[in-house]
Amino acid sequence: MTAQPDNNKVTIVALVENEPGVLNRIASLFRRRAFNIDSLTVGRTHKPHISRMTIRVDAGQEYAKRIATNLQKLVNVIDVRVLDNEPHVERDLALIKVRNDDANSRNTITEICDRYPARIVDIGPKVAIIEMVGTEAIVEQFIEEVRPTGIVEMIRTGMVSMGRGTRIHDTDFTRHDLAQAIAQARAGGNGHKI
Amino acid sequence: MQLSGAEIIMECLLRESVDVMFGYPGGAILPTYDAMTLYNDRIHHVLVRHEQGASHMADGYARATGDVGVCIATSGPGATNLVTGLATAMMDSSPIVAITGQVPIPAIGSDAFQETDVTGVTLPVTKHNYLVTDVNELAYIMKEAFHIARTGRPGPVLVDVPKDVQIAKTEFIYPEGDIVLPGYSPPSTASQHQIDGALQLISEAERPVILAGHGIMMSGATQELQELAERAQIPVALTLLGKGSMPENHPMVIGMMGMHGEASSNLAIQEADLLIALGMRFDDRVTGNLKTYAQNARKIHIDIDPSEIHKNVRADVGIAGDLKIVLNQLLPKLARKSHPQWMNRIRDWLEDSSERDILNYETPGRLLTAQVINDLWSLTGGDAITVTDVGQHQMLEAQYYPHQRPSTLITSGGLGTMGFGFPAAIGAKFGKPDEEVWAIVGDGGFQMTMCEMATAVQENSNVNIAIINNNFLGMVRQWQELFYEKRYQATPMFNPDFCRLADAFSIPNRCVRQREEIEEAVNFARGIDGPTLIEFVVEKEEMVYPMVPAGADLHDMKRRPKPGEAE
Ligand SMILES: Cc1ncc(C[n+]2csc(CCOP(=O)(O)OP(=O)(O)O)c2C)c(N)n1
Ligand SMILES: [Mg+2]
Repeated sequence: MTAQPDNNKVTIVALVENEPGVLNRIASLFRRRAFNIDSLTVGRTHKPHISRMTIRVDAGQEYAKRIATNLQKLVNVIDVRVLDNEPHVERDLALIKVRNDDANSRNTITEICDRYPARIVDIGPKVAIIEMVGTEAIVEQFIEEVRPTGIVEMIRTGMVSMGRGTRIHDTDFTRHDLAQAIAQARAGGNGHKI
Repeated sequence: MQLSGAEIIMECLLRESVDVMFGYPGGAILPTYDAMTLYNDRIHHVLVRHEQGASHMADGYARATGDVGVCIATSGPGATNLVTGLATAMMDSSPIVAITGQVPIPAIGSDAFQETDVTGVTLPVTKHNYLVTDVNELAYIMKEAFHIARTGRPGPVLVDVPKDVQIAKTEFIYPEGDIVLPGYSPPSTASQHQIDGALQLISEAERPVILAGHGIMMSGATQELQELAERAQIPVALTLLGKGSMPENHPMVIGMMGMHGEASSNLAIQEADLLIALGMRFDDRVTGNLKTYAQNARKIHIDIDPSEIHKNVRADVGIAGDLKIVLNQLLPKLARKSHPQWMNRIRDWLEDSSERDILNYETPGRLLTAQVINDLWSLTGGDAITVTDVGQHQMLEAQYYPHQRPSTLITSGGLGTMGFGFPAAIGAKFGKPDEEVWAIVGDGGFQMTMCEMATAVQENSNVNIAIINNNFLGMVRQWQELFYEKRYQATPMFNPDFCRLADAFSIPNRCVRQREEIEEAVNFARGIDGPTLIEFVVEKEEMVYPMVPAGADLHDMKRRPKPGEAE
């Protein structure tokens, strides 16, 4: 892939089975197909057996679609969507530990945090931890502002996103019902249907 | 009824209509081997001499029959020995199910004796794999494994079963009905829009070519392919694995494409204004340089794997679907057409090729591989199942043994696995016991899996082995001759006396050095019920032409000079 401008960032959302090894399968796919990923987050959903992934790619729609068709081939990947230009909410969370050992830096930090959706969540005589939540772009802008005061440690979760409105991205998938069906059949002694 | 995990495995195999499995025992799979004793009358176990052989046999069985082939091995080294066979099957979309023993669940992760992370190791070379952690899940995992192996784009599936899961007992309840996996739904039909798009391109084309791949046979769409070619008078170029998808003596078939393909096919592709790619994946061995590939052609690409569409070549109409279904959507609306000028142009190329055919040269006193394959073809009525290894003999088989029926050429295309041919032939013979099966192998590749001679004898497998002995790793030597100024590093071979070796295994054999001896030897082999071996001692430094050097333009072929032309 040739270098692409920043507006080539594309988001892929995948619903996957919450099973051991699934993340490994996905990582292995990216590695063996040499897919370049910007960020990848995995988290639980309201259904215990489903996890949700948000994958950011910095190489345009077509590349993202290639990744999506390959992801979809994995048996444990239930549903994949490339968020085109559809409106969606996206959030990245950063924990940033900054130097805080003189009045000057303390003031600067408070002042910057006031202008962003950021909070100081831990404060001591030498360092403070800031929690910053927002879109990727705003988080990045914030980080650049606090950088001069001296960042000593940082972690970002990577982006998560969700389509706006009534376009629901969910699944009825219940593989665990299969096991349940077998368990029930076992209890009742009858055959069962899958 | 309460059954052990081992018995459940066997019961599930029965329900998948498995009647033969290829394997090798060891500690972690012993409970299943013990359970086999109750099923020996219904499922025959073939004891191989190396697990790689078991994986290739399962693959050969699968390719010959279209059914799932089954292999089984113990944990650790037994399982890792299967890996080459799994990768081979993965590349060529061959449905196999591999069952491996694993150390007991409490020992997993402790570097126990013969413990290997087999699902980890095989992850990139299987379509899917499972580590069974609960005997209650075993039956439906087995059912899923077969379902995934044989549906959609077929491929190998591995089921890793810890020893304690094989021993544990549970009520055996077989999941009746169809497997529905929400994360797994192979595409089938094309949209009306796609069909109209394809019809439009076909109706506009003046120089169309069909590229027929392996998928045609796997989808069972050979009739549909022929109808498409005949109705719209479109010439058909075959991939290596596509051989057999249409009878090669059919007037619309213009030969194999690619690195060692017919010039007629390669030139037609380069001059075409439309490619209709069916069940093939534009592998680099068929396209050559992608930048100059079929520059003037629009492309229709139909394949069951959505990730293949636009992967190497951008399609103007890309259809992810089952070929048989999609072609049946398309055919009723397909208008009759003809392209006489285009066909004449192709016929000229075909004529030029036959002038360069080595068989039409005077070659007194030399035995050439092309002659061996040609004579084998005529002596077997062109109707045998041939299973090749990898190298020059493989490409010459493809050029000189025209196949008339589907699934009669079995060869490792995508991975190019030396050592595949002979064991895959044994597997194919189990799948098609009434067919004549020939393993056509090089002296190099045969030595990679020749231990399976013992298996063939133990099973009295009626496979004929044709060793094309050029005393070289011939295909590598060819590259060294062309691109490395004949520096033959590590390609000349010391070989055993293959016939005396065969004697040691009690395999009837012949050694052929002259063309006149071919007929007697082949008839001798055909007359024996059981394995036979013929060593053909051929020219050492033959070349396979045409050749598109790796990465070169598809039309930039090295050709054999015509008689009288300077080399
Ligand atoms: C397992 C494996 N190792 C190496 C190769 C590379 N390779 C491709 S063809 C070839 C030579 C094959 O020699 P032989 O079996 O004698 O067949 P020939 O080309 O002489 O007909 C080699 C080494 C391969 N394809 N597979
Ligand atoms: Mg050789």
